[in-house]
Amino acid sequence: MSNLTEQFSPAARVLHWLMALMILTMLFIGVGMVSTVSEWHSRLVSIHKPLGIAILLLALVRLAVRLRRPPPPLPADLPVPQKLAAHASHWLLYALMIAMPIIGWAMLSAGGYPVMLGTSFHLPPILPADPVAFAILRHLHTWLALLLFLTFLAHLAAALYHGLIRRDGVLSGMVGRRGQAAMQSRGRLRAVD
Amino acid sequence: MNPSSRSGTRAGRLGAYALIGATVVIVAAAFAYVGGWLSPHRLTPARLVDQLQTNSGVFPGYRRNHAKGVCVTGYFQSSGQAAAYSVAQVFAPGERTPVVGRFAIPGGNPYAPDSSIPIRSMALRFALADGQQWRTGMNDMPVFPVSTPQAFYQMLQAQQPDPATGKPDPQKLGAFFAAHPETAAFLAWAKTATPSPSFATVSYWSLDAFQLVDGHGRHHPVRWRMVPDAPAGAPETPVGGGAGPGGSPDYLAADLRQRLAQAPLRWHLLITLAQPGDPIDDAAKEWPPDRRSVDAGTLVLTSTQPQQSGPCRDINYDPLVLPHGIEASGDPLLPARSAAYADSYLRRTSEEAHLPGYLPASLSAATKPDSRP
Repeated sequence: MSNLTEQFSPAARVLHWLMALMILTMLFIGVGMVSTVSEWHSRLVSIHKPLGIAILLLALVRLAVRLRRPPPPLPADLPVPQKLAAHASHWLLYALMIAMPIIGWAMLSAGGYPVMLGTSFHLPPILPADPVAFAILRHLHTWLALLLFLTFLAHLAAALYHGLIRRDGVLSGMVGRRGQAAMQSRGRLRAVD
Repeated sequence: MNPSSRSGTRAGRLGAYALIGATVVIVAAAFAYVGGWLSPHRLTPARLVDQLQTNSGVFPGYRRNHAKGVCVTGYFQSSGQAAAYSVAQVFAPGERTPVVGRFAIPGGNPYAPDSSIPIRSMALRFALADGQQWRTGMNDMPVFPVSTPQAFYQMLQAQQPDPATGKPDPQKLGAFFAAHPETAAFLAWAKTATPSPSFATVSYWSLDAFQLVDGHGRHHPVRWRMVPDAPAGAPETPVGGGAGPGGSPDYLAADLRQRLAQAPLRWHLLITLAQPGDPIDDAAKEWPPDRRSVDAGTLVLTSTQPQQSGPCRDINYDPLVLPHGIEASGDPLLPARSAAYADSYLRRTSEEAHLPGYLPASLSAATKPDSRP
């Protein structure tokens, strides 16, 4: 039986699942809103901006939580390349979830747009209006969004690999005690058959 | 720990890998579907702008439609009369809001003669004191030809020049209009329309409806238009004439410079309130002429600048950039305009930035190249 005592803190788990939902929603909204001329375009744009700023704020809280209480260590027997990939992809996820909203905000500022988060609440510009900066940031926003989506897919696959194949407690450490119990009972069932 | 105890039997392990692979593929496919990569027939902003480019050619750095234009600056002086219908600061009594605007003619060719098309447009960006903005793009016609972005796309396709003649195929155009009876009001207007010799003497209509929101949260469906103080002047040039007044194909900008050198130009912003039952989601339909209008204030334009160096160059006149107190209606053209303008804006700013994959813009060389299609 794996060592399943190591858990992420409750705060880290709540933030993880909440942000997972928000970021995945955000990626689908982003890719959808730029590829339609229907009323979905304006509907999605109006969600995209406040949701992005909410992700930025939560990501900063989450970073603070993580620095105060580091996550449980990876299984000691995890091969070094996988350990490296795990660390690199996590820091990449953190970097992107913080950078993407800031780039979006900077890009709208450079485009001379008001950064509206609702019908009247808006943020100040963080860059002067400049078409060259706008174009570069706008493309960067797209490419980094695709990188974020690919990193998410890798993260999803790796989580399932830990949970279904290695059964090493990494996934259950984030799923929580009930998930941990389920994982254990599945492990036992597997052992029976 | 022994790996086989974690993953169970060999078949179980294969099943787990298949499950992981399938999960990743399904999520990726959903993403691709939402992004339109799996639906080649979906009308996307890029497809709309591509068709504009097909019809007019690519002029790096310029807008993909209404490419030929000039910048103007001035202010809007509110009368306070619209304040009962909208909480937008721009309508507060006595409020003066700075404006950066742009006059233009439709089409993607920034070198087209002013007389080549009988339509003129006015775009405005109001920079409200509270940091919000109101952007609007208007044409000097009371109705739009079509009601939906799909019909607009089909109209562009019908207008695509025939490579043999360099002109749209009259048969295709005829077939389009026959298949789209909603174009009747526009066609009736177009029959009598002549290209105005001046930007200053015509009215500009919002075409799309919007909603004003008052202090009680009530929504008032409206359309607006800018009505000039300047009287219509000299007889107008017939469509197709290469040159207009003064023998120049660029007489509109010259006329504007001349007028502004003498005095500011003024328009009144008339906001027309809909009655129940008026079409508020169909820009191809006119409202009955007896609808009540409110004179919201006066647009005063004081100076003009070439668009290559003027302050309007880097503004995307997206009609859905709206302040608190003005909201979109259900008109399906509005989100399509917003989405397509954003695409056009990214293309032309990318050209200005000389990004790889884009033709470099030659906007800094403000002169007209010798040979242009």
